[in-house]
Amino acid sequence: MLINEFIGYDLIIDEIPEGSRVLDLGCGNGDLLAILAAKKGIEPHGVEISQSGVSECVKRGLYVTQSDIDEGLSIYKDNSFDYVIINQTIQNTKYPETVMKEIMRIGKHAIISFPNFVFVQIRLQMMFKGVMPDTRVLPFAWYESPNIHLVSIRDFTRYCGMRGYPIKKILHFRQGAGEEPVVVKFMPNLFAEYGFFVLDGLKFSSNINAGRMDG
Amino acid sequence: MEKKQDNPPYLAPDSVGLVNTEYFTFAEDEPMPLACGKTLGPITLAYETYGRLNDEKDNAILLLHALSGSAHAAGYHSPEDPYPGWWDAFVGPGKPFDTDKYFIICSNVIGSCVGSTGPASINPQTEAPYALSFPVITIGDMVEAQRHLIDHFGIDKLLAVSGGSMGGMQALDWCIRYPEKVHSSVILAVSHSQSALGIAFNEVARQAIFQDSNWNNGDYYDEQIPDQGLALARMIGHITYLSEEKMCEKFGRRLQNKEMLSYGFDSEFQIESYLHHQGIKFVNRFDANSYLYLTKALDYFDIRMDHGDGYLAAAFENVKSDFLMISFSSDWLYPPTGMRDIVNALRANGKKVGYLDIETDDGHDAFLLPNTTLAGTIENFLRQEHRKLNADK
Repeated sequence: MLINEFIGYDLIIDEIPEGSRVLDLGCGNGDLLAILAAKKGIEPHGVEISQSGVSECVKRGLYVTQSDIDEGLSIYKDNSFDYVIINQTIQNTKYPETVMKEIMRIGKHAIISFPNFVFVQIRLQMMFKGVMPDTRVLPFAWYESPNIHLVSIRDFTRYCGMRGYPIKKILHFRQGAGEEPVVVKFMPNLFAEYGFFVLDGLKFSSNINAGRMDG
Repeated sequence: MEKKQDNPPYLAPDSVGLVNTEYFTFAEDEPMPLACGKTLGPITLAYETYGRLNDEKDNAILLLHALSGSAHAAGYHSPEDPYPGWWDAFVGPGKPFDTDKYFIICSNVIGSCVGSTGPASINPQTEAPYALSFPVITIGDMVEAQRHLIDHFGIDKLLAVSGGSMGGMQALDWCIRYPEKVHSSVILAVSHSQSALGIAFNEVARQAIFQDSNWNNGDYYDEQIPDQGLALARMIGHITYLSEEKMCEKFGRRLQNKEMLSYGFDSEFQIESYLHHQGIKFVNRFDANSYLYLTKALDYFDIRMDHGDGYLAAAFENVKSDFLMISFSSDWLYPPTGMRDIVNALRANGKKVGYLDIETDDGHDAFLLPNTTLAGTIENFLRQEHRKLNADK
């Protein structure tokens, strides 16, 4: 769906230690997991909704199951992954709050990256043209956009504060098609195209025994 | 088209060619204990192998057949043989179960009638067919018997176990029963337990056999066989293997060799003659008592109760296998929901599992039919697992 499917990959790859157990939510064709498996020897798990995506992932030796992120995470045990990644996908989910809770519960760390809805170009478009954004970061007309929960870097930062999610690292960045991501340190909420958060999920757990089910 | 005459299918480069069924007999001195509390012995298993077992004995894949299947998974039994084995589309040189790389074993199950010990076999103690004195067997018993065969080959660990439907049940049981012996599993079109719907259809099929006067409490081996009852049982089964979409597409309301309705009770719709044909074809190759025993084994299958104390996730706690699980969207006998429950139970245990629901109108039968998505996915999964098994050493 995204014009540049490799958004933020370099930052994620740098972030993840060798041999980690990784879950990629909305992993598509498995590009990121395959690179992580090759470069970092991770144990690659994923969740993807499309048959074609899952088929491609399985072909690449990735452990990907076909299901909906909005529904399919309760099954994982607390802290059962070293890293849970949700890359350019949180804004597509129906229940981001539930998804975030689950990510923090099942991951020791979480990497969350999303298009920053208040990036300067978007602000200018809205201000001067009076239309919904149509940029390289958000390249969809309103009537066909999968982005139903758009969020800014400041929104997400506040959200983490509100929920007590410890932010371990931020690497908000901009990245053109085929380019390397460039970390934006100066006024990132205005000048970064993408938010990039590494959260510490270790202490978040469910009270019920999530692994148990009678299904 | 004419070329085909010159190159019969058994000579095709991707066929395993002409094959023989072989036999392995065990439990001669000490009978094998069964889940029902009885014992069985001696036991003969019919099996076929394709490809070559390497010196490390780490390239063996055990294929597990469905209800009416046999050891004959691939190739042809003679040059005149019109039909290849039941999974020929997937087994052969260059096919997903690549016989150039892997050593493929397919074993007939106990209770069956296609070469392995079953109700039609002679009981050495009475020198007459077992008939209903044959003990009731379970999927687990089938797996125990196969384990003897695998030991006979000297194989410590199978690269993979694979099967659909009843074969998928055996594969699941293998992973749970012998976690150390199964490196990976390819499991298709199955559930963690037989559903009420499945039991219902099986019971109607069994009743069809019981009601045939030739059945004679199972004692018919020297007499007329209960062919009507068995044919009817098979017809019932076939309905469950198709999907409504497939039936509409394949038969619709079309008439067989007729232009107009006959206003009588002769079979006239194509779907009727298809089912009759399937029924008649079946009685020539299958034993009615075997059908009773095997459907009962299906109905008893419940890994949640048998291995998990009522918790499905608990049943998979100790499995070591990696999994490729595949369901088919139009399979109403073992629908995707049942497969998802298994996948979720595996995920809950942190197991390595790939799961794909293939969009198809082919119903439950889809796992037997050629399908490029299915073939490509299995092929790649096995290649990866073979590589991983070697890397682990």
